[in-house]
Amino acid sequence: MIETRGLSVRLGEREVVRDVGLRVRRGEWLAIIGPNGAGKSTLLKAVMGLVAHRGDVTLSGRPAAGLKPRERARLLAYAPQTPALPPDMTVFDYALLGRTPYIPYLGRESRHDRDVTASVLDRLDLGALAARPVGELSGGERQRVVLARALVQQAPVLLLDEPTTALDLGHQQQVLELVDRLRRADGLTVVTTLHDLTVAGLYADALLLLADGRAVASGDPAQVLTEELVGRHFDAHVKIEPGPDGRPVVLLVRGGS
Amino acid sequence: MATQAGPSRARPLWVAGALGVLAASMIAGLLDGAADISPWQVVLQAVDWLPFVHVDSGLAPVEQGLLYELRLPRVLVAAVVGGLLAMAGAAYQGVFRNPLADPYLLGAAAGAGLAATVAIVALPAVAQSIPVAAFIGAVGGVFLAYMLGNTAGRAGGTATLVLAGVAVTSFLTAIQTFVQQFKVEELQRIYSWILGDVGGGWDQLWLVLPYAVVSTVLLLLHGRMLDVLSVGDEEATSLGLRAARVRFAVLLAASLATAAAVAVSGLIGFVGIVVPHVVRRLAGGSYRIVLPLSLIGGAAFLVLADLVARTVLAPAELPIGVVTMFVGAPFFVAVLRMTRRAVA
Ligand SMILES: Nc1ncnc2c1ncn2[C@@H]1O[C@H](COP(=O)(O)OP(=O)(O)OP(=O)(O)O)[C@@H](O)[C@H]1O
Ligand SMILES: [Mg+2]
Repeated sequence: MIETRGLSVRLGEREVVRDVGLRVRRGEWLAIIGPNGAGKSTLLKAVMGLVAHRGDVTLSGRPAAGLKPRERARLLAYAPQTPALPPDMTVFDYALLGRTPYIPYLGRESRHDRDVTASVLDRLDLGALAARPVGELSGGERQRVVLARALVQQAPVLLLDEPTTALDLGHQQQVLELVDRLRRADGLTVVTTLHDLTVAGLYADALLLLADGRAVASGDPAQVLTEELVGRHFDAHVKIEPGPDGRPVVLLVRGGS
Repeated sequence: MATQAGPSRARPLWVAGALGVLAASMIAGLLDGAADISPWQVVLQAVDWLPFVHVDSGLAPVEQGLLYELRLPRVLVAAVVGGLLAMAGAAYQGVFRNPLADPYLLGAAAGAGLAATVAIVALPAVAQSIPVAAFIGAVGGVFLAYMLGNTAGRAGGTATLVLAGVAVTSFLTAIQTFVQQFKVEELQRIYSWILGDVGGGWDQLWLVLPYAVVSTVLLLLHGRMLDVLSVGDEEATSLGLRAARVRFAVLLAASLATAAAVAVSGLIGFVGIVVPHVVRRLAGGSYRIVLPLSLIGGAAFLVLADLVARTVLAPAELPIGVVTMFVGAPFFVAVLRMTRRAVA
């Protein structure tokens, strides 16, 4: 579904993403992990076509470079790590922005666009907030509203940059379960960056460990989440044990560093 | 619970309310404190002016002539200019994602000021040359800033565009100041043009109307696009929008509106900031609301400002730009304080 070959991004003087090749099949969930500044967000932006890059990105077998912005937006929905939220805009209007690639340039949204928006808001527990301005929401509510916008886009691929950082435990689970359900039911392909390694290992089929712009390890969670790799690239002292379902659980060890 | 709310749009009640305010201010503008005419007679007379309708307002032919030849075009020019400036201001604020942007941000005012000064100095006898020159100057100023902004910085970025506007404005203002020194005897005329005047009569109205209609239609159609643009270029692009293209279209339409307004009225300040902000506070932040209501609200605001300008020191007239600035400057400070609180 998504494939990159030799993807590199230069920002200013620095090579922020270097020669990254990745491949995500339809219906698969890839989690990109790595320390701060590793280039995870930049990699997502390059896939989305938002930063200039070298190398190839292929989306369902088509070179992404040849796609018009609207076509790309129908294939890929993107939720940024630090979204710009216009404080006056209502939650409903904000989520409705996700329908942009389907609405004619100077036209207006259809009843279908409104229905899709309303149903996504309901599924994310945001129905009651629909008329509120986004500037008046809590951090976690904002994050769910941004996710709602991405889901409203109804693209077969979801690119989510840290979708759960501000969420409480229950909403974290709700959001991840929802994404997982959509993936299973509609065959969505999901690429997320995630800082919580245990959560990444729990939900993703495959992990990609990025360090200093390079893909230093990839594979299923047990292959990437090893004490050795995590210790070296995150500069952290951890203990990794198999959890109840056999997936790795990453534990911080006190006194380490 | 199922989601009840829908997309923001200009609710009919708000539009009707705003149109009511506009109609009331136009009647007040036509009356202009005349003691012997009743508001009701003015309403009847206004209905009588409509095509295919005839009612008897009971006004004497002299009074009718006064209303029709002097006050009506004045009120209409004020309404059109106020509406255009307020709507253009709202559009500029959307494009630059800055609540304090105004329609003169990209050099429209300085360009028009220079061209009008040149016209006054070079062709003092040909009064009709001023609006044409001002129009060309306003368009030219914006064009210059746009070209400069796009060659100096990343294509279509807003930050360099604003800086280019600042540079073009001070450059053209410097030339304008230089030119006006050549004809000190025309200084009075130049300043009174700059401070604004909507008393030009029917000719001026016909001059702006085509541009007013085209730019209004274009801008009202772009309300949803401006909402999308408010999440920033990068995210707007991820939603499938060509941000630079939308910005160009909106700036073109808004600058056309500004140039048309400036051509017939001079440089009337603050309408473009004051009105959209009041609308935002009262009716909501979506550009689908802000653009149409700014159009109506700006019209009402300038009609009233002109009424104040004519009556406060009657029989002398205050320049209308002084009135709008007098109201606008304190308001500007209040808006600054409010937006600071919203950010904090
Ligand atoms: N516009 C820019 N110009 C120059 N360098 C940049 C720019 N944007 C980001 N960088 C740098 O690129 C590197 C990668 O940034 P990126 O946002 O992709 O990191 P990340 O892996 O997402 O980090 P985090 O975990 O903190 O979100 C960082 O070192 C950052 O400082
Ligand atoms: Mg990041």
